[in-house]
Amino acid sequence: MTLSVSDPTWYPIASSEDLPFRHVYAGQLLGRELAVWRADDGNVNVWENRCLHRGVRLSIGINEGGELKCQYHGWRYANRSAGCTYIPAHPADAPARRIQNRTYPVREAYGLIWSAANDEQAFRPFPGAEGHDWFALRPMPVNAAPEDVLAALAGLAPDDQPADLLPGLAVRFGGTYYFVQPVDACRAVIRGLLAEPPAEPVATLRHYNETLTKLRDRLERAARKKPAPEPLQPAFDKVSADLATMPDIAIPKGNTITVVVKRKWTSADGVIGFELAARTGHLPTFQPGAHIDIHLPNGMTRQYSITNGPGELMSYIIGVKAESASKGGSKVLVETVREGDLLSISEPRNNFPLRRDATRTVLIAGGIGITPLLSMARFLDKSSLPYELHYFTRAGETVAFRADLEALHGKVTFHTGVPRDEIGATIASALGQWSMAQHVYVCGPGPMLETVRETAAAQGWPEEAIHFEYFKNDKVIDNSSAFDVELARSAMTLHVPSGKTIMEVMRDAGLTVPSSCEQGACGTCLTTVIEGDVDHQDVYLNNSEKASNRCMMTCVSRAKSARLVLDI
Amino acid sequence: MPSIDPTTRDLWQVIAATDEIAPGIVETTLLLDTPIALTRDNAGNPVVWRRTDEEQGDEVDAEAILDRLPATTGYGYIWTSLGNPPADLFPIPEYAEADRKNMSCGSIGIHVSAPRAVENFLDMGHFPYVHTDILGAEPHTEVKEYDVEVSEERDEVLATRCRFIQPRAAKSATTAMEVEYVYRVPHPFCSVLYKSCPEDESRRDVIAIFLQPMTEERCRAHLLQSMIDSTSTITDLRRFQQTIFGQDKPILENQYPKRLPLDPRSETPIRADKSAIAYRRWLSQKGITYGVIPMAS
Repeated sequence: MTLSVSDPTWYPIASSEDLPFRHVYAGQLLGRELAVWRADDGNVNVWENRCLHRGVRLSIGINEGGELKCQYHGWRYANRSAGCTYIPAHPADAPARRIQNRTYPVREAYGLIWSAANDEQAFRPFPGAEGHDWFALRPMPVNAAPEDVLAALAGLAPDDQPADLLPGLAVRFGGTYYFVQPVDACRAVIRGLLAEPPAEPVATLRHYNETLTKLRDRLERAARKKPAPEPLQPAFDKVSADLATMPDIAIPKGNTITVVVKRKWTSADGVIGFELAARTGHLPTFQPGAHIDIHLPNGMTRQYSITNGPGELMSYIIGVKAESASKGGSKVLVETVREGDLLSISEPRNNFPLRRDATRTVLIAGGIGITPLLSMARFLDKSSLPYELHYFTRAGETVAFRADLEALHGKVTFHTGVPRDEIGATIASALGQWSMAQHVYVCGPGPMLETVRETAAAQGWPEEAIHFEYFKNDKVIDNSSAFDVELARSAMTLHVPSGKTIMEVMRDAGLTVPSSCEQGACGTCLTTVIEGDVDHQDVYLNNSEKASNRCMMTCVSRAKSARLVLDI
Repeated sequence: MPSIDPTTRDLWQVIAATDEIAPGIVETTLLLDTPIALTRDNAGNPVVWRRTDEEQGDEVDAEAILDRLPATTGYGYIWTSLGNPPADLFPIPEYAEADRKNMSCGSIGIHVSAPRAVENFLDMGHFPYVHTDILGAEPHTEVKEYDVEVSEERDEVLATRCRFIQPRAAKSATTAMEVEYVYRVPHPFCSVLYKSCPEDESRRDVIAIFLQPMTEERCRAHLLQSMIDSTSTITDLRRFQQTIFGQDKPILENQYPKRLPLDPRSETPIRADKSAIAYRRWLSQKGITYGVIPMAS
């Protein structure tokens, strides 16, 4: 038998015991190096053992429980998806692209961790696997060809009880199973399992160790006399073309994902929680502060922040305010969507990135604005970074996600029913005077956002330390200009008169244009600009995106030049 | 034995600190997979040859060595070549300034290719994580925009306007300061760094790294400092630089693959990597294949 780097067979690569919490184990299989780690939710990750940025082994990385942090540049990768969640060199906008480490299939069973070179075969238990309380022996590494190791193990069987060869370099006799982990063409690890825990575990382990040590010495002596086989040469997958070039401003793609409403509950008076799960596997990586667009049954699109913590990708949890004044978006979710229903959502987008190198982070939430800040608090909490969370609710309104907030280790303060004229003073004392590397993040009603901005500025907080997310554009839109738009893909030139938006003109011309808030706050109508000078009037794009002149919102933005060329 | 590309073969390659080579005593080392021996003659000039049966520490009469490799000295180090090297080494004019403290800071073996080590030297993003509380510290993780050009006239990569906040930028620094860097890569395996000097605002300290490619996956880093520092001792200045290098070594040795991949699709760059991207492209254009994984043609 010749080993192949693309062998799809499942092999054991570690014992469950090798993966204590907050540790990274260096595994090997078929010439590859693997970083194997257990997240705090119990999930085991098997990744290619190199950070995609500069190739440093992730087995020397730091396991933060929900993310793994590379030691070279501090990049963080999420549990389950291996997606990059933070690039400290560019904290304001990174990661603008989806960067994902190579992952391998994994299964934890019978006291061992199993993996394979690819996903071609489903995991199958070995014959006789079920119905036992398996006990794993100490692994024994051997510098010899895996097939020679297997043959020698078979030779250990007593004469009256011949060994039973099993698929996947395994052998059985009596109640003992041996699996040969093919590390490389000339290296292997013997992993043994006993069908039941022995009465005297230490003595038993010692007995097997002695037997396997003798076997190893014999195999290595023999291997030295033979020419060494060529080591396996696994290829490193190339990163995708868009990851190999300098990152641009990210224009979210129109990809949608179907999710199941797994749970719907009342989190607080007037706030409904929804848990949205993937139909199979996990959902895409998101960053703290990110939101998803939900495509509602009535054709509308609405944005909701993800409240989850790091590496929690089995479902997204959102909070929806059941406002009577709702234009119909949230109302549909609250009134007609039921557990078990399917919904279409966008990939997570982040217009509210959290810096994770601050010396102090202040999170201020008003009402339903708690949702992005809950996620931020969870990320900061998991990394043991200092933060304070202030949650303002009106009198009579109850606190959403209270149990989740109380489970955090940071300083969480609930401000309930603070009279309007005292809110400013409360915010002022929560913020304190600014000093270097302090950041405040705020999400809530417009007037509250303004109070925080003004108070912070008055107390010495510079603009770049104040972060906020609008769900609404309160600016007065100036629609007095008139200009032409050339739609490059539609081969059409339209005139936009004063008083009409680009979007309205496009709709009048018979084009179908996606939109949601129609006030420059949600990002649904984000469009690539090919040529021309944009008059941005939205609150969605940040300053660098606006300055790039590469993208715009067709619902409110206009042209400063006589002509705009759009990628529509 | 791997083939040595013509560009690499004709380069001057550093092999030892001049001070550490005693006249008449054989030192041995490895350069481009080639075992070599070296000593100095009575006049102090370097003598370098392909090693035959000499042992390190043997005494030789340098005059008796006839089959010599080209040899020169510069910046405190001995340089040789396996091909036809240019007349001069690349210039570091500051080295000749009378009031500078010039010193070699040791020669440290690293199990990684020379180009990987150059790239690490050019990289500011790792300061807060690898050189915590010395060259960088959280919360200052951001790499601000800087400029990179490949100077055709001087045939070197030049990164300017590099700024980074450092808690302790130099031995003489007592408080955090924003330092400004200029990086030059005047040789495929050497880089020179200019950084604002805490003692004299109008001048810049110079730190250079010269890498001796021993094999495609192993090198020796030879460090040079040319400092304006009236208070620290040479020992202190050396120790500071060695501390920094000691922090890089385990990271470099965990880079995988050990040779530097030149295909832009082998690793994920970010804006902070502009100088590394220019360096990889420059190596590719020069036809360097030693110590790198060339682009598939």
